[in-house]
Amino acid sequence: MIPELGQVSLALAFCLALGITFFGLAGAALRRPVWLGALNSLVIGQFVFMALAFLALTQAFLTDDFSVAYVANNSNSLLPWYYKFSAVWGAHEGSFLLWVLIMAGWTLAVAVRGRHLPGDFLGRVLGVMGLLNIGFLAFLIWTSNPFERLVPMTPADGADLNPLLQDFGLIVHPPMLYMGYVGFSVAFAFAVAALLSGRLDATWARWSRPWSNVAWAFLTLGIGLGSWWAYYELGWGGWWFWDPVENASFMPWLAGTALIHSLAVTEKRGTFKSWTLLLAITTFSLSLLGAFIVRSGVLTSVHAFAVDPTRGLFILAFLVLVVGGSLLLYGLRATTMRSRVGYTLFSREAFLLVNNILLVVAMAVVLLGTLYPLAYEAATGGDKVSIGPPYFNRLFVPLMLLLSVALGLAPLVQWKRTRSDRLRRDLRWMVPGALAAGVGVPLVVSGAVPWQAAAAFGLAVWVLLAHAADLVRRARPGLRRVPLAYWGMSLAHVGFAVTLIGVSMTSVLSVEEDLRMSPGQTSELGYLSVRFDGVSNRQGPNFVAQRGDFLITEGNRQYRLYPEKRRYLARGNVMTEAAISPGLMRDVYMSLGEPLDNGDWAVRMQLKPYVRWIWLGSLIMALGGALAVLDARYRRLRQRFAAPAGAAPAPELSGTPLPGEAR
Amino acid sequence: MNPKRKQRLMVVLFLLAGAGATVALTLLALNENLNLFYPPDQIVSGEAPTQTRIRAGGMVMAGSVARQANGLDVSFVLTDYEGSDFEVRYSGILPDLFREGQGILVQGQLGSDGVFKADEVLAKHDENYMPPELADMHRPAAPGGDAE
Repeated sequence: MIPELGQVSLALAFCLALGITFFGLAGAALRRPVWLGALNSLVIGQFVFMALAFLALTQAFLTDDFSVAYVANNSNSLLPWYYKFSAVWGAHEGSFLLWVLIMAGWTLAVAVRGRHLPGDFLGRVLGVMGLLNIGFLAFLIWTSNPFERLVPMTPADGADLNPLLQDFGLIVHPPMLYMGYVGFSVAFAFAVAALLSGRLDATWARWSRPWSNVAWAFLTLGIGLGSWWAYYELGWGGWWFWDPVENASFMPWLAGTALIHSLAVTEKRGTFKSWTLLLAITTFSLSLLGAFIVRSGVLTSVHAFAVDPTRGLFILAFLVLVVGGSLLLYGLRATTMRSRVGYTLFSREAFLLVNNILLVVAMAVVLLGTLYPLAYEAATGGDKVSIGPPYFNRLFVPLMLLLSVALGLAPLVQWKRTRSDRLRRDLRWMVPGALAAGVGVPLVVSGAVPWQAAAAFGLAVWVLLAHAADLVRRARPGLRRVPLAYWGMSLAHVGFAVTLIGVSMTSVLSVEEDLRMSPGQTSELGYLSVRFDGVSNRQGPNFVAQRGDFLITEGNRQYRLYPEKRRYLARGNVMTEAAISPGLMRDVYMSLGEPLDNGDWAVRMQLKPYVRWIWLGSLIMALGGALAVLDARYRRLRQRFAAPAGAAPAPELSGTPLPGEAR
Repeated sequence: MNPKRKQRLMVVLFLLAGAGATVALTLLALNENLNLFYPPDQIVSGEAPTQTRIRAGGMVMAGSVARQANGLDVSFVLTDYEGSDFEVRYSGILPDLFREGQGILVQGQLGSDGVFKADEVLAKHDENYMPPELADMHRPAAPGGDAE
């Protein structure tokens, strides 16, 4: 009964999405305040019904209702309750249900927080989001119904959740990631609404900036969590594989990072206007492309959901409609834009332009590498090809190093033009500082100076020094006077530097050994010594495991690590559960390969310096993004625009500078 | 030429040079890291190139997996169950889902002796999932399979 209620809720949410789209877009076009006034309750209703549908599926999981096909395929009565809960989004149908729920949530948030916006503009924004929701809900209801029943052939027990997903990572990673993916639909809707209304000044940028920041922070966190999860759960110590599905989340991140920077220029200086619109459209289009890659199974990936051609076709058609429609609108409207504000080569505008170019090129590199196999297959009539990680590394690493060079200069330059004497004074101590760190730190840590480590470390310190110098200058009138947005920006940039250190040091300095070990044998791993003390059996709640016993000697410290080889009972699949000794400066990572003759085991042991910094950095970046949104500026903005709220358009507000903001 | 035009010209030249270099480097990197996929019949018939990095795939033939007594060297036979099969040699740890009867991908070089030297063996995380490269190959009903 309850699954059917979930089904009905979905259908009702679909109808409400139709209503939101119609009343939002038509109400704004025909200037019908009453229609626009109805939006609020429709949006609330849409969210409530999506939440009910989600709860219905959750209930089916928690009560082991195996008559629901999706539950039967992805759960098992032996599964602990928290994994039953997270199994709701453990496969295609349920994860898309979560996607649509989050979409409805963002729509609601826009309706609530956007009350200060002119009514027609808010109507258009909500209408565009409703339109997206129509597409998503149609996809869910007609191709991926999570409530389909297995009646009368109800199985006695479920087929179990894929063991790799029985983990804390599944509980947190997809919701965060989807918050980011779907969150960019808000920036997209603002951009399309601006194009529709013809209000193409800097106003829309000011309104959509906090939304883009929040979405970006979530996506950053989601990607970081995904990488951390892959690292400890896949069992072999890799943290990024340039897998198509990883790329699918990384491309919107790169475009979104470009977007939040270009939004800043558009808001503050009134330039880059059409470029920012294009970025907003691109970012969300890449989110949709990501959904297509993940859910159509067209590309070889470790993440692929079960393949169903109709699903791929549906998303592709939707993608073409959304991208084609918005680009057409852009082409028709954006040509009328002109900006008259000039800037010189050494200005903040120019550096943000460099940032945008590098990020977009990096995104294009990833896009090309991800889609090339598809294009190749189509062009040659079925020949298959894959692009190896060296392609991505070779191009991506130099781009990021260039980006770091620019990032270190960015806080030193000012809007419009920079006084060269001040710049020179800063560089006089920053350059030697960065050089000393680049050579000195790797030398102290590893006793050698590989050039990659030197470059990355030097650049990370370069970025940190520049931001420290700027903070000191800014804080001169008093630390309290430094706005939160500034703290957020600095924090995000520091996070980038931390990730840079983590990535480069791990890549250059990691030690990895695959070897055959007999019980009692001792082997060296970097400065560690590892003794294998054999394997014993262990019974888990829903698996049996062979547990290896390793004694690690690290300096004058000794500890044991117990990696496992698990066999999950319901599906019979085997999994490697690595044992990790985590640390800020290094991880020791042990995994059991496979049993060989006479008690020997194939073993992989790894020493990974600074690997935690990768995720620590993304956490700091996400915090920075969140902090920027809390800035008092946005609260003032809400108060200022609170007065003309309602249906009447308020054209006189367009382009008005914010209080206290220099133009 | 006035200074403003001169600056604009510099910017344009700089952008063109940058774009050109990026495109050239991208194509180069793409070309060097392109791994073509070959099914077993093309490996056996000699259509696949030797001494260059390629990707191959097939089902692991039952009873063909042989580990050496020392070290981590292993060899096995990949087949399409239609009469074409070839030997693969690999040194290292095999993935968890590697087992006889399972469809897998290998990456490496084909030697002139017809033996494939793999530096990477890929089996997918979900046992119901077939890599698209192998989707055209039908899975045999009887031998191996996933049943334990």
